[in-house]
Amino acid sequence: MQQFLQQTINGLSIGGVYALIALGYTMVYGIIKLINFAHGDIFMFGAYVGMIAVMNFNMPIYLAFIIAMAVTALFGVIIERVAYKPLRKSSRTAALITAIGVSFLIQNGMLMIMGANIYAFPQVIPNRFFTVFGLRLNMLQLVIFATSIALMIILQFVVSKTKLGRAMRSVAVDKDAAALMGVNVDNVITITFAIGSALAAAAGIMVGLYYIKVFPFMGFTPGLKAFVAAVFGGIGIIPGAMIGGFAIGLIETYVAGYGSTLYKDAVVFIILILILLVKPSGLLGKNVKEKV
Amino acid sequence: MLKVENLNVHYGVIHALKDVSINVEQGKIVSLIGSNGAGKTTLLRTVSGLIKPTSGAISYEGNDIITVAPAQLPMRGLVHVPEGRRIFSGLTVMENLQMGAYLRKDKAGIKEDLDKVFKRFEILYSRRNQDASTLSGGEQQMLAISRALMAKPRLLLLDEPSMGLAPLLVKEIFNIIREINAQGTTILLVEQNAMQALKIADWAYVLETGTIVLGGSGEELLNSPEIQKVYLGG
Repeated sequence: MQQFLQQTINGLSIGGVYALIALGYTMVYGIIKLINFAHGDIFMFGAYVGMIAVMNFNMPIYLAFIIAMAVTALFGVIIERVAYKPLRKSSRTAALITAIGVSFLIQNGMLMIMGANIYAFPQVIPNRFFTVFGLRLNMLQLVIFATSIALMIILQFVVSKTKLGRAMRSVAVDKDAAALMGVNVDNVITITFAIGSALAAAAGIMVGLYYIKVFPFMGFTPGLKAFVAAVFGGIGIIPGAMIGGFAIGLIETYVAGYGSTLYKDAVVFIILILILLVKPSGLLGKNVKEKV
Repeated sequence: MLKVENLNVHYGVIHALKDVSINVEQGKIVSLIGSNGAGKTTLLRTVSGLIKPTSGAISYEGNDIITVAPAQLPMRGLVHVPEGRRIFSGLTVMENLQMGAYLRKDKAGIKEDLDKVFKRFEILYSRRNQDASTLSGGEQQMLAISRALMAKPRLLLLDEPSMGLAPLLVKEIFNIIREINAQGTTILLVEQNAMQALKIADWAYVLETGTIVLGGSGEELLNSPEIQKVYLGG
């Protein structure tokens, strides 16, 4: 039992990270029906920015979060404007292939600038443990979990309670009708990319802190897993991405804890296959037939 | 108030509107009737900037609006209620109405107009926190019109407001349109329900395969034998 609770805590902290990345996938998909395959690399970019802020500029970690989120948001906006916006009226396949191309571009661009060596993210969060009811709680895990929950609450508030959030949801439902209300659709899409990228940057720093390693291809596996999380919860649905992220984090940790670490990645993809077979619209999705 | 001159619209090789000219005078209800595919919706969508014309001019309150983005028009008092209602599903009734007032900054005025809407449509008030997609067809149409009213339109473009509604509701919708007009909003109405559309129209046009074939007062067209034969089932 104690081991189970311990694993649950581990799963929740990594699940929060997956949820943050999954939110970017799902928000972008919700608004322009694009699977942004470069999203994992935006996450990697954020990890680098955060690391540089701490390592080279000696910033405190909270400031590194803010700087990395802001810079990465801008990075996401540039990607959207340069690579995706010109394809807004093209086929979805064209945009998807472009996203894969952008992914390669970011990975190899980072390889060129920062080199192939693996950096160690400075361990700025003291490695302290608390024992609560016999459970070992790691300070770092708590920080990660609390930060991801706080960001999700802020996002949920923005989306459900503010004018911007209403505009985002309206654009996701019906772009023409939103434009007729006076919504600048292009700006709303850009803001969505900015928010998704900022969340990915936060996740990037957390993964850097947690696994220590920062390298150009670090976005691949978490990106893919977060994508599975988004599909699991129902792509395009914000609460779905949150649930999916925690679910994938938990499942992965249980498999690693009770089975074998060798299987933990494979299990995630087995889940993807199962969802696509059983309920392709995801946990919270409604099965909608495409209108002809 | 609205003047469309020699408007041409193409969808690829299809010539959807051919030299269309119409004039909407301030304070009037102008109806545009015609069969399915005649180009009525295309004309409204072009006026509100969703489709770019190949040639022609559109002037609203004396200004050329062809180059104006659709999102700018509500600010100038030109509001379009699209075909099929297009309410935002997943948003509540209240949120839909707030979207209508998206560009307005006068909080007090918005509140006042919201009260007016709720007074006129009590059903919307009682369902204000409900997902708008759970409303019935008639209620959704009322919401779509109310959402447009929240933008304080001077010219309202209505596309098939009676589509898919039961006869009793159709009557109610036309009463509402007349009421909105009486309160000072000019209306350009597109309808397949020619009888009702002509009855409330000060002026009307008949559109056939992209061309205006007839124009006259609502009454003239109602009594025209051709119109009776083709559109009124007489």
